[in-house]
Amino acid sequence: MELLSGAEMLIRSLKDQGVEYIYGYPGGAALHIYDALFRQDDVKHILVRHEQAATHMADGYARATGEPGVVLVTSGPGATNTITGIATASMDSIPMVVLCGQVASHLIGEDAFQETDMIGVSRPIVKHNMTVRHPSEIPQLVKKAFYLAKSGRPGPVVIDIPKDMTAPNGRFEYEYPEKVSMRSYNPAVRGHAGQIRRAVDMMMNARRPVIYAGGGVVLGKASQQLTDLAHELGFPVTNTIMGLGGFPATDPQSLGWLGMHGSYESNMAMHHSDLILAIGARFDDRVTNATDKFCPGARIVHVDIDPASISKTVQADVPIVGPVDSVLEEMRSLVRESEEQPDQEALGAWWKQIREWGQYRSRYHYEQNGDNIMPQEAIQALYRVTKGDAYVTSDVGQHQMFAAQFYPFDKPNRWINSGGLGTMGFGFPAAMGIKLHMPEQEVVCVTGEGSIQMNIQELSTCKQYHLPVKIINLNNQALGMVKQWQDMNYESRYAHSYMESLPNFEKLFEAYGHVAFTVTRREDLEPVLEKAFAMKDQLVFVDIYVDPYEHVYPMQVAGGSMKDMWLSKTERV
Amino acid sequence: MRRIISILMENEPGALSRVVGLFSQRNYNIESLAVAPTEDPTLSRLTLTTEGSDKVIEQITKQLNKLIEVVKLVDLTEGSHVERELMLIKLRATGAQRAEIKRTVDIFRGQIVDVTSTVYTVQLTGDGEKLDAFIQAVGTMGVLEVVRSGVSGIARGEKVLSL
Repeated sequence: MELLSGAEMLIRSLKDQGVEYIYGYPGGAALHIYDALFRQDDVKHILVRHEQAATHMADGYARATGEPGVVLVTSGPGATNTITGIATASMDSIPMVVLCGQVASHLIGEDAFQETDMIGVSRPIVKHNMTVRHPSEIPQLVKKAFYLAKSGRPGPVVIDIPKDMTAPNGRFEYEYPEKVSMRSYNPAVRGHAGQIRRAVDMMMNARRPVIYAGGGVVLGKASQQLTDLAHELGFPVTNTIMGLGGFPATDPQSLGWLGMHGSYESNMAMHHSDLILAIGARFDDRVTNATDKFCPGARIVHVDIDPASISKTVQADVPIVGPVDSVLEEMRSLVRESEEQPDQEALGAWWKQIREWGQYRSRYHYEQNGDNIMPQEAIQALYRVTKGDAYVTSDVGQHQMFAAQFYPFDKPNRWINSGGLGTMGFGFPAAMGIKLHMPEQEVVCVTGEGSIQMNIQELSTCKQYHLPVKIINLNNQALGMVKQWQDMNYESRYAHSYMESLPNFEKLFEAYGHVAFTVTRREDLEPVLEKAFAMKDQLVFVDIYVDPYEHVYPMQVAGGSMKDMWLSKTERV
Repeated sequence: MRRIISILMENEPGALSRVVGLFSQRNYNIESLAVAPTEDPTLSRLTLTTEGSDKVIEQITKQLNKLIEVVKLVDLTEGSHVERELMLIKLRATGAQRAEIKRTVDIFRGQIVDVTSTVYTVQLTGDGEKLDAFIQAVGTMGVLEVVRSGVSGIARGEKVLSL
């Protein structure tokens, strides 16, 4: 058997795990690891400019592929800088493995230079975390970390590595374990057959059903099963913002997405339904609005891999714990075998009602404001130019909502956004992580002038590794979503929701060796986007000056039910 | 409603802080907590008491089960069970009080485990109410110090919490 140092075992374990790229930033406590990294060519390291960006790069990669992203940082500030990224991944159940240097074992607890209790600091925002206590444990811990990150409900896993564990003088027998088993961790492998049967019975007897599909469908690679089941039943489908693409948005059975800024027809259909089939969704407060007024006539079937997500905020009538793909598959075969069929007359009347709602307020609705470019039309132009087939990452705010509303996703894993934590600064590094792995794909970050400045230092990383992503900046010269809330709830007192000194973006991007265009007139919008996307080898920033007054609608009325919405600045239903 | 949740978990560094952290993170209450290794040194048994509606307790048990180091758990209050707490209580004991305290200790089936010319240290086991009742009974006689172990519990009959 080979004899390796702790640091060498760490890198070899990554290689044997099939890791191609890791993202990170060196520092004292991680230097043995970086030295081992230098002396091999299998695992490639991407040097970011801030550790937070490393986590978002890993995250973007994980969301686009389903494979855990890997981060390597040093102790202290290196580790704490990853916290926002780890929390972002945790809230959206994204598989990630974060390797953190730590001061040497004999210094722990002495407030040594660059010492932070990373295990303690990260505990509430990880799926699990572990400390290396002996170098020989490293292969086992790495295997465990990947297994935990990816299986069951995915999530981030941190390994804290004291410097002495990776010292070059120690030599240990290396073997990467084939698999790992833990007596205390056994995620469900299939749903309860009786419960699935009960659910299918309810589906057959439903008169006003809605399928409410979340990010779990994307994470659980169950889009095909969901689409097939929905088609066989003829039920309407609404996606959460995390689940976009899990069911094709341009499918006639799609109602768009639901919740705070969801479509009118989705929210109306949910509220008036008699059966909600929730698949891999978690009844988040941004979906349900006030839970005591949530869908009063609906019985709820809830399928999720995580039992703690079921009946957490809204009580389920039929809970089914299991992987969404196999549960949906079992539902399908029961539906096919069933002698019963859903009442076609009732279903027809239900669809008629839904179509009326859809006609009353189109999903893709906005009004022009003079010559101003509306943010929504910028997204529509982006959709046309990219033929609806790009990987779209987004930052957080109005632009995120406009992108989700006006760029219909037909495939899973294409819409990459921080839905749970709402992390500004997420979109750009996430796009970098995807572009690195999929250089042939069109990868675009939709952002705003507030969000982009939260990780703009990564322009330097893009130059170093040649990552020609496209960045679409919906520039309304304000923190638009904050401003919208101030308009609606604070009599337009714009407390710190605007920035007085925006950089000259063209010069800034040029300084980093990239290209930037500014668009101020509607007629330039599409031609400039065409020009930008034709520049395959360049990172291009398109700064689009959009209407600064626009709000995102629909918007649910706070404290109301799902059907209580503002449809415009003046119309409330 | 008050519940006793009994947890079997990996006897590893950090496991306890994960359980305790979960309670503060999710805004749940811990009233008492007792933990020690079991006959299998790789496992710890943790007993905690908490208050909450059925919905909250369901969430607590689900969230606890999600912790990687938690192997198994049971809500003892769902069935018949035995619960015990140990108390050591130091009392001022001089003159006529010495006999009075001794009598009270006997009534409660406690033991005096340490004696000086002015102080008795009493050991008492029972459920929480019994321990409270003892403190009330001797209250006027000068309690110097009280230490309670927190509740431990076990299901009655054949039911066991093991691997």
